[in-house]
Amino acid sequence: MRFERRERPSRALSVLAPLGAIVAALLVAGVLIAIAGANPLTAYALILDGAFGSRLGFSETLTRTTPLILTGLAAAVAFRARVWNIGGEGQFYLGALAVAAIGMVPALAGLPSPLAILVCAAAGAAAGMVLLLVPLGLRLRFGVDEVVTTLLLNFVAVLFVSLMIEGPMKDPLAFGWPQSVPIPDNAILPTLMDRTRLHAGLLIALALAVAVWWVQARSVFGLGARAAGLSPRAAAFAGVPLARTLLLVGCLSGGLAGLAGAVEVMGVKAYVTTDLSPNYGYSGIVIAMLANLNPLGVIAAALFSAVMFVGADSMSRALSIPSYIADVTVALSLLTMLVAIFLTQYRIRR
Amino acid sequence: MSVIFDILAAVGLWEAVLRIATPLIFGTLGVLLCERVGVLNLGIEGIMTFGAMVGWLTVYSGGDLWTGMAAAALGGAAFGLLHAILTVPLGLSQHVTGLGITLFASSFAYYVFRLAVPVATSPPTVEPFRPLDVFGLADLPVVGPVLFGQTAPTYLALALVVVLAWVIYRTPLGLALRMAGENPHALDAQGVDPIRLRIWAIMAGSALMAMGGAFLTLAAFNSFFPTMVQGRGWICVALVVFASWRPGRALLGALLFAFFDAFQLRLQTVVDGVPYQLFLMAPYLLSILALIVMARRARVPQALMQPYRRGER
Repeated sequence: MRFERRERPSRALSVLAPLGAIVAALLVAGVLIAIAGANPLTAYALILDGAFGSRLGFSETLTRTTPLILTGLAAAVAFRARVWNIGGEGQFYLGALAVAAIGMVPALAGLPSPLAILVCAAAGAAAGMVLLLVPLGLRLRFGVDEVVTTLLLNFVAVLFVSLMIEGPMKDPLAFGWPQSVPIPDNAILPTLMDRTRLHAGLLIALALAVAVWWVQARSVFGLGARAAGLSPRAAAFAGVPLARTLLLVGCLSGGLAGLAGAVEVMGVKAYVTTDLSPNYGYSGIVIAMLANLNPLGVIAAALFSAVMFVGADSMSRALSIPSYIADVTVALSLLTMLVAIFLTQYRIRR
Repeated sequence: MSVIFDILAAVGLWEAVLRIATPLIFGTLGVLLCERVGVLNLGIEGIMTFGAMVGWLTVYSGGDLWTGMAAAALGGAAFGLLHAILTVPLGLSQHVTGLGITLFASSFAYYVFRLAVPVATSPPTVEPFRPLDVFGLADLPVVGPVLFGQTAPTYLALALVVVLAWVIYRTPLGLALRMAGENPHALDAQGVDPIRLRIWAIMAGSALMAMGGAFLTLAAFNSFFPTMVQGRGWICVALVVFASWRPGRALLGALLFAFFDAFQLRLQTVVDGVPYQLFLMAPYLLSILALIVMARRARVPQALMQPYRRGER
C-alpha cells in the first residue's frame, strides 16, 4: 500500500472531510459511552437536547461558541503562516486581566458605554498581542522554537493572573474568594436574549470571522502570510517582508485570543478568576484544524465544540457518563480531521 | 544570605533533587529517543497524564507497583503507536498531531478516572514505592539518604540514561537510530527501513514518557488528580534542546532543573512578602531561558520534523 499525491485536492472531499472526521470521532466516542454502560444514541440525543432543546440551553451554546470562534480564529491565522501559536490559553487570560485592570481606573465609568467597551476590547487585544510577540520575537531573534515557549507561557500567564487577583486586583467584597474587582456597568456588553447570558460578543466574533476571511483571501497581507507559511524562502524571494509579515500575523493571532478573554469578561463574568477559561485556548487549536484553517469554517467548528461541551454537561447529569466525553470527542475529531485532510490530498494505491 | 545557606545545608533539599528529577529524566529520555529518529512528540504532556492515571488505577484495583509501571508503559506505547502512524507513514504535521495526542490522551485519562471513581471528596490513595536502602548505605550521613535512599524507579531512570547513551553511541542499532533522524535516505540505502525504525522508537519513547507520569502517582504522590502533570512534559521538550539531544546532558539538565525547583520550593516557605506565584513561575521561565541560551548552539537532528517518503526529496 502506498500513497500518491493527488494532482489537485478533491473539492468534494474537502467539503466532506470535516463531516467525515466528526462522524468518525463520534463513532469512537460512542464505543467509549457503550463501554461505560449507556446507549450512545441516547447519549447523543441528550447532548443535542441539552444544547438546543430549550431556550436556556440554546443561549448557553451560543454563549460558549463566542470565545471559541475568537480563539479558533487566533489559531487559524497563525497556523496559516506556520506560526505555531499554542499560547491561546495564556493570551486569553492576559486579555481578560487587562480588561479587569482597565475596569479599576475610575475614569472608565465616566465614559459613554460604546467607548468604554472599545477601550476594554483594545486593552484585551493588546495584552494578548504582547504575550505572543515575546515568543515570536525570540524565534526571529534567537531561533527559539515558539511551540514550547508559547506552551510554557500559558502556565506563567495563569500564575500571573492568580498573583494579580489575590494581590493588587483582589475584590475586597468577594468574601475572600480570589477574583478581580468587577468592571463598571458601562463596559458590560449588551445581552442579545432576555434572561440569558447571551451577549453581543457573538456578533463581534462573527464579524471578525468575516473580516479575517476577507483579509486572508483578498488582501496583499493575507497572500504574503500564506506564502510565508507555504514556503518562507520562495516568499522572501518574491519580495514578501518575512519578519514583518510574521510579526503582523502574531499581532492578529495574539490580539484575537486576547480579545476572546476580554469579551468573556465584558459579556459573561464582569470579573476574572483562574477558572475563567475551560481550555478555550487549547480548544481553539482543534477548532482551527476542524475548519481546515478557513475563518468562516471556524464558526461552524466552534459551534460543534460548544454543542458538545454544553450538551455533555446536561447529558452527564442524566446518564452518569462523565462529561469529559466532550473533551475526548473534540480531541478525537482533531486527529480524525488530520487524517481526513490527508485523504483529500493523497489517494491510496495498492 | 544566611537563609539561602540554611536551605543549601539541609539534607532535605538534596534528597528532593533526585525525586523531582525522576519524572523529568524519564520524560526527557522519551523525547530524546523520538527526536533522535526525527519525530517531534508533543503528545508527551497527555501521555504522561495517561501514564499517571493508568499506573495509579492498576495499583488501586489490586495490581502491584511494578505492574502499574508496566501498564503505564504499555498505555504510553499505544499512544506512541497512534502518534507514529499519523506522523511517520502518513507524514502529518508533527506539531498538530502531537497536540491532538496530548488533548486526546489527557481527556481520555480523565474520562476513565471519572468512570473508575465517580464521586470522591478526596482522591483515593494507593501505597506508593518506599525509599530503598541501597547497599545498606542509606544511613550514612548526608549522602546516604540523598544517593542511596531513593525509590526504585529513580534508580531505573538513572540506569536507563546509561543504557540509552550506550545504545545510541556504541551499538549498530544506535547508529541506525541516529541516521533515521539525520539522513533517512542513507539509512534506507543501507537496507534498514527508516519508517519501521521510527515507529518502534516513538513507541519506546512514549512508553518512557508514560513511566515518568506513573512515577508521579506511584512514588512522588500516592493519588491521581487532573492537571497533576502541570507542564512537566513541555519542560522535558525544552530540556532536550538544552541537552543538545545527548542523554548524559539530559540527565544533567533534569538534575539542574530539579535542584532549582527544590530550592525555590524551600525558599517560598522562608521568604516573606514575595507572592508564591512568582516562585511557581520560575521553572517555566527557567525552561524558556535554557531554550534561549541553547537554541543556536544545539545540534538539531537534521531530519527532525521532516516526514520520510521513499523516492521523494
